[in-house]
Amino acid sequence: MISRRLFAAALALATALALAFLLLPLIAIFLRVPPGDLVAQLGSEVVIDALVVTAKTTLIAQALILVVGTPAAYLIASRRFRGRPFVITLVELPLVLPPAVAGIALFAAFGRLGLLGSTFDALGFTVALTPAAVVLAVTYVASPFYLRQAIASFEALDRSLLDASRTLGAGPARTFFRVALPLASNGLAAGAALSFARGIGEFGATIMFAGSLQGVTQTLSLAIYAQFDLHLETALALGALLVVTSAMILLLVKLIPSWTRWTSTSPSPFARFGSS
Amino acid sequence: MDTLDLDVALTLRSFRVELALTVERETYALVGPSGAGKTSVLRMVAGLVRPDRGRIALGPRVLFDSETGVDRPPEDRRVGFVFQEYALFPHMTVEQNVAYAGGRDVADALERLHIGHLAKARPTELSGGERQRVGLARALARDPDVLLLDEPMSALDTHTRAGVRAELRTIVDRLDLPVLLVTHDFQDAVVLADRVAVLVDGRLLQAGTPADLIAAPSDPFVASFTGANVLTGVARAGPDGLTEVVLDGGGLLYSVDEAAGPVYAAVYPWEVSIARQAPDDSALNHLSGPITSVVSIGNRARVQVGALVGEVTTASVERLGLATGDRVVASFKAAATRLVSRGVDGRP
Repeated sequence: MISRRLFAAALALATALALAFLLLPLIAIFLRVPPGDLVAQLGSEVVIDALVVTAKTTLIAQALILVVGTPAAYLIASRRFRGRPFVITLVELPLVLPPAVAGIALFAAFGRLGLLGSTFDALGFTVALTPAAVVLAVTYVASPFYLRQAIASFEALDRSLLDASRTLGAGPARTFFRVALPLASNGLAAGAALSFARGIGEFGATIMFAGSLQGVTQTLSLAIYAQFDLHLETALALGALLVVTSAMILLLVKLIPSWTRWTSTSPSPFARFGSS
Repeated sequence: MDTLDLDVALTLRSFRVELALTVERETYALVGPSGAGKTSVLRMVAGLVRPDRGRIALGPRVLFDSETGVDRPPEDRRVGFVFQEYALFPHMTVEQNVAYAGGRDVADALERLHIGHLAKARPTELSGGERQRVGLARALARDPDVLLLDEPMSALDTHTRAGVRAELRTIVDRLDLPVLLVTHDFQDAVVLADRVAVLVDGRLLQAGTPADLIAAPSDPFVASFTGANVLTGVARAGPDGLTEVVLDGGGLLYSVDEAAGPVYAAVYPWEVSIARQAPDDSALNHLSGPITSVVSIGNRARVQVGALVGEVTTASVERLGLATGDRVVASFKAAATRLVSRGVDGRP
């Protein structure tokens, strides 16, 4: 009896500790500075510049991830080919790679003296220390979050629906757009939200490869670091902004599966009498 | 409309499907146990699986030919496919599902199967029978040259099955098309098909009308699949022009079929009667022994006596007070006993 109560108390204590530890720093951001001052700080030039840089680079990176990642994920999900596990590992590698490694690797590939640097030079543009470098860094670290989820979503599709589409006269492209894409859309949206969140928070690879020039490559995350020594209040305001954004994205991801739930079989027994 | 001709070979995980079939304007059922390669045959016709070699043609139109390298993609084959669970698109209404096939008149396609009132419904809101009709309407919307049905009954509840099966027969009969259907249930095949082929491990054991298969199974698997008891023994000429079979498990029986040497003897459970004493009637075959089980199925009961199963009414079971362990005599006529020679390639 005593041991049972003791165990229950231990579980409750562990849970309380974990929650408190995770939440305390977030609450501290909002307690350190009065809310009115936080909002006022958001109007400063540094914050506006960082917002613009982040919005621009994140949107371009996300567009790249979706446009290239979706068909790639579909191919990887629907084919069984030799070396497939290797390809999947490759896709997942940036997830576990230290961001500093990603930064130095991107520098080695696209930097002035890098693998493709001279090619870019000849074409008349530099990548390193430009907004393009931010886009590359964000794309590199964030795309695996989308790709992984997209591959899983396409793999989970009922193959017979794709087969049915083909026998009904639709070619592979029409089958992709009319059947695979709509049915995988919930999973794809969740993957996009996760990669978006990761992209916004990107720091290590960006600072190494793109630098932290205000109004050029300084994103919100980099601005926090830059303002940390100069104006702590601005840094805290930026932090608060990112906490709210991240929480909203997470909430969105949790809500996605309940938007619509499609099943090809086993209807709920009362569904027929409901809407029609 | 054209006939479907196929002659294909396909290696699956544990066996090889090798099959040649011609389906006229009729309903042809491929029956066999699960995993016999039946669905693979349909998938080859539809172009969803590529045979190792062979030829598939609809009349003069070649769909696949390994010799000449013809391999039309599924969307160009004009094949109507009704999938096992119907594979209706869950994100579309009934109407949109049927319109997806690109037929000219969606309303007409729905009306032909009496599902016009379901046009705006989602597949998840439909009953099993309704979903089957939508699957059919969608498969037929493009005026295919052949209709393929994969286990059309398996997604249905037992109590709706019989009704839906009879309706499907009516629908399919009205089509002027070769229809190839796959089922693991011989009863479905009997109701739905004009001709039946039994497929086991990718090999065609016997083809014919359902009546042919029940009356003269060429193989013990076919016999047991269609529901017959199969006993093994050795046959020799007996009295009165009958064949006498000495059963491997002991005992003697007679058949009107001619045979010599090792044979399978097949007798349907409903041809076997059960009594306390050997009856003095026209039945020549009497096998006695203790009852090993009594299983009732509604108003009938299957009574097992040794290797033999008899099917009698539950009323008879009660009247005779039959119980496990009782010594009884199972009787059946020589005329109801089919003999199949047990050759070297016979299945054990």
